[in-house]
Amino acid sequence: MTDLATLEAEIVSAVQASADLAGLDAVRVNVLGKSGSISALLKGLGSMGPDERREQGPLINGLRDRVQAALTQRKTALEAGALDAQLATERLDLTLPAPPRRRGSVHPTMQVMDEMTAIFAEMGFAVADGPDIEDDFHNFTALNFPPKHPARETHDTFFFAPNPVGERMLLRTHTSPVQIRTMVSQAPPIRIIAPGRTYRKDSDQTHTPMFHQVEGLVIDRNIHMGHLKWTLETFVGRFFETSDVVTRFRPHHFPFTEPSAELDVQCDRTGGELKVGQGSSWLEVLGCGMVHPNVIKNCGLDSDEWQGFAFGMGVDRLAMLKYGVPDLRDMFASDVRWLAHYGFSPFAAPSAAGGLS
Amino acid sequence: MKFTLSWLKQHLETTASAEEIVDAMTMAGLEVEHVENPALKLAAFTVARIVSAEQHPNADRLRVCQVDTVDGRKEIVCGAPNARAGLTTIYAPIGAYVPGLNVTLVEKPVRGVVSNGMLCSAAELETAEESDGIMELPDDLTVGTPVAEALGLEAVIDFEVTPNRPDWLGVAGIARDLAATGIGRLKDLNVVAVPGTFPCPIQISLTAPQACPLFAGRVVKGVKNGPSPQWLQAKLKSVGLRSINALVDVTNLLSCDRARPLHVYDVDKLTGTVIEARMGLQGETLEALDSKTYTLTADMCVIADACGPLGLGGVMGGESSGCSQATTSVFIESAWFDPLITAQTGRATGISSDAQYRFARTVDTGFVLPGLELATQLILEICGGEVSEVLVAGQAPAAPGAINFDPDYVQRLSGLAVTRERTFEILSHLGFAIEGTSGTVQVTAPSWRRDVEGKADLVEEVARIAGYGALPSTPLPPLTSAASGILTVRQNRARMGRRAMAALGYAEALTWSFTSRKTASLFGGGDEAVVLSNPIASELDCMRPSILSNLIEAAGRNAKRGFADVALFEVGPVFAGDRPEDQRTAITGLIAPHAPRRWDQGAAENVFTVKSDLMALLEALGAPTASLQTAQGSNSPWWHPGRSARLQLGPKAVVAEFGALHPSVLKALDVDGPVYGFELWLDAVPEPKRKGKSKPGYEASSLMPLSRDYAFIVEQDKAAGDLIKAVMGADKALIVSARVFDVYQGQGVATGSKSVALEVTIQPKEQTLTEVEIEALSAKIIAAVQKAGGTLRG
Repeated sequence: MTDLATLEAEIVSAVQASADLAGLDAVRVNVLGKSGSISALLKGLGSMGPDERREQGPLINGLRDRVQAALTQRKTALEAGALDAQLATERLDLTLPAPPRRRGSVHPTMQVMDEMTAIFAEMGFAVADGPDIEDDFHNFTALNFPPKHPARETHDTFFFAPNPVGERMLLRTHTSPVQIRTMVSQAPPIRIIAPGRTYRKDSDQTHTPMFHQVEGLVIDRNIHMGHLKWTLETFVGRFFETSDVVTRFRPHHFPFTEPSAELDVQCDRTGGELKVGQGSSWLEVLGCGMVHPNVIKNCGLDSDEWQGFAFGMGVDRLAMLKYGVPDLRDMFASDVRWLAHYGFSPFAAPSAAGGLS
Repeated sequence: MKFTLSWLKQHLETTASAEEIVDAMTMAGLEVEHVENPALKLAAFTVARIVSAEQHPNADRLRVCQVDTVDGRKEIVCGAPNARAGLTTIYAPIGAYVPGLNVTLVEKPVRGVVSNGMLCSAAELETAEESDGIMELPDDLTVGTPVAEALGLEAVIDFEVTPNRPDWLGVAGIARDLAATGIGRLKDLNVVAVPGTFPCPIQISLTAPQACPLFAGRVVKGVKNGPSPQWLQAKLKSVGLRSINALVDVTNLLSCDRARPLHVYDVDKLTGTVIEARMGLQGETLEALDSKTYTLTADMCVIADACGPLGLGGVMGGESSGCSQATTSVFIESAWFDPLITAQTGRATGISSDAQYRFARTVDTGFVLPGLELATQLILEICGGEVSEVLVAGQAPAAPGAINFDPDYVQRLSGLAVTRERTFEILSHLGFAIEGTSGTVQVTAPSWRRDVEGKADLVEEVARIAGYGALPSTPLPPLTSAASGILTVRQNRARMGRRAMAALGYAEALTWSFTSRKTASLFGGGDEAVVLSNPIASELDCMRPSILSNLIEAAGRNAKRGFADVALFEVGPVFAGDRPEDQRTAITGLIAPHAPRRWDQGAAENVFTVKSDLMALLEALGAPTASLQTAQGSNSPWWHPGRSARLQLGPKAVVAEFGALHPSVLKALDVDGPVYGFELWLDAVPEPKRKGKSKPGYEASSLMPLSRDYAFIVEQDKAAGDLIKAVMGADKALIVSARVFDVYQGQGVATGSKSVALEVTIQPKEQTLTEVEIEALSAKIIAAVQKAGGTLRG
């Protein structure tokens, strides 16, 4: 049946020659459409005698199957080509910048406050707060600064004009007034820290008129200086992330503690970088002491029954020491470059598991 | 306060080095600030003798000297006119650093002659402020003697005296504490009285016992005043004091040595025979020893004679009665002035003299007479003369009573195990008197320790001398309450808000709690009650009513540095008044949008950016965002009137304001707009109603939600929010959201109107809605909007 062979060769070559899906479909219609050549042959089978049909049937059906396969194969190839061509036109220059997104940050002082809160929370300290504008009683008198005492002058206090009653309000010079507010409002045992803004009229490379402190207060029946030492040693070790902290308690004077001390930490400052837990210098970290019996009495508690310790530290300064910030004033300058450089990721919240810095 | 080692050793028998003394001071509570040790600083400089001094061949004013030095004979070129053969002076070798010149010597020819070192003046060694020529030293000094030894220079220890320890303002007081630490033995501090030979010709009258309760004095006549002897001059100089004349120097010496300020009057310059200590009279003036004239008030203690004020008691003497070289008869005052009045006078006059400093911190009430006797002895020794009897007027303020002290309290309060015996030993060394032997004892503080008032003070005395180094490290007892989250809702929200804002792309700033009163008034503040009387700077004189102004100014500063694109936030206090309840915590965000231009024409940031961020922040804080109303047109005046709104739970429960800042406010702060921002008051965000940790039940329909679009024609001023509210209210059960997706004005819409298109999402609850039901719902929506002033767009 050279006719069929010729037909097949013609069809296959037409399939191969079709350049696009429309051309291929035209070929399909010509061959397998209602009046297509193979359709006509298949129709012709019906008018054949049984013997001829038995002979011709497989040949024509075979032809149809092979042509069908060739059409499908060609269609797949053409579709793939068309998709490639379309995708090629869709090419984008991905070296172009994506829409800008600002990078936010958490201020180092606030990061360090969160670190401190996390460390003291582990030791069972709650967080207390109080107003920035204080009265003389809470900031001084209740804290055992006698009226007009020279110790008050060391505080460089910001004052407001006297009110009609003749009292002048002031900006708290330390977070210690929160000690008073806490002892007055809640029954011991007490274990709190009080972070917040504090103010002194002082401005140079190491002083700003506003700064941050964290105050600590523990009041219970049998708390002594040994507990203070353990608490602060634990804090310093956790804060500076070193297990071998050497501390030194040095006698000092604060009106609201008795005995009073300053805590020094052994450190190495060579090479401009501070390393805690080694070296031969001392770094003054904070002031502390046993709460003065007068302060406890001023809050309406029996100083023979209740005793405890208090401490206060400068948050900005410790942030500078820990993270190598050279100038305190920059902390409050809101320079976006500085904030981006020294700021922390919002997702770097200090935690016991993830670490404190 | 400064002192030298040799001065200390006059009161303390010790072999300890300067370093050991400093350590002992530090651990006893005396904070050493600085130790200046000339032996180290001037180690390179030694005594030398000039053998010959010849004219320099090429320079008229220079001499070429042959000098015997520690390094052998050296040829040294010298320009000093007093460089002469036989002179004993100071030699600096090549390589030495000369502090007064701030140079390190190098070998180089001077006009052709090589100088192998340098001969030094006192100024070059910084042992004097100025000097004329090279040093001239006694000829008995051996060549090679270190300069510090030759000049008797020694280490000066400078330390900080805490206000509670006025006794440390005298070297003897330091010696006492150091002796107690065991580093040496305290020498006898007792003073022998000098008997008078005639009655004191000057009477003392005390009419202000509250200011000057005790006043002792006597006259020494026939004195020969003049420059102090060398030892006294050197001693004063060693601690930075200037020598005036012998009489005045004696008072300054005792001020430093015993913390006992004194004053000397020239008897011949007094009017009348009575010296009175009284309060100032209105209108009186005093020309003080600092040559300034002060106006006196009734709050100041004045020492006066018949003619008027002679001085401010305990603060500063007057010019008119001061002792000069010509003085032959002197009245010595040893009085006790009230600390508070002295402190107040110091503040009022601005005078901070050594005497004022000491009296303001409470001078030893027990050393008024011994101080007078010691001064008498020294004056007699140096100036000669004849001594009158001592006159004492008034008496020292009553001493506080003894303290009941249980020595076991030392361990209870400090944790230190100190034996009873050691406790008593320390207290005795410090001058405390102990009565009783067993159990609780009576402890009386010495007259110089008025700071010790109770048993806790005694514990400090024992603990600091026993040594804080021995403190135990004792873990805190476990808490009985459960240690779950320790933060209050508000504290936690401040913390979450901070991290949410940073995650939204804002950089956290910390700005001053104050601003200028002028700026505060732009933001509704500036009340008298929040204005500082003594601001650090005039532009920081008022508590801020809002954080916005500080952030706007920060944006302006950044722009001026070339970084105009700024997104800042701050979590901090704002102040409406001076009472605690007037302080609120705000979270304030600010965008000065100058983002880089974009190749893809993406939408620029606008007021909706801050609205979006504010809503995200509120979500993060757990605020009831669904109940918040957006109220426009009633915002504070620092906002753009048409582009700002407040979020509120009701007219009196404003949670936040947001919008574009008012251009005139930006102009007043010298910042280019637009600037967008918001301020959220943390205290106004209600606490969650739900208690406990469990979440409410989970309800999710298995039925498909469906959405329908509607466009309504409304007046152009109509708030889209009103349409949304109307749509949502049409069927609260089925309609879950209504979202505006188009706002159109122009062709096809009448002038003065706009078309607002909304996509309404309907969530069937029990079964799929039929077409009829959907139609009915649509009709309800259209009717509800109609009631709100909108018609379906045809």
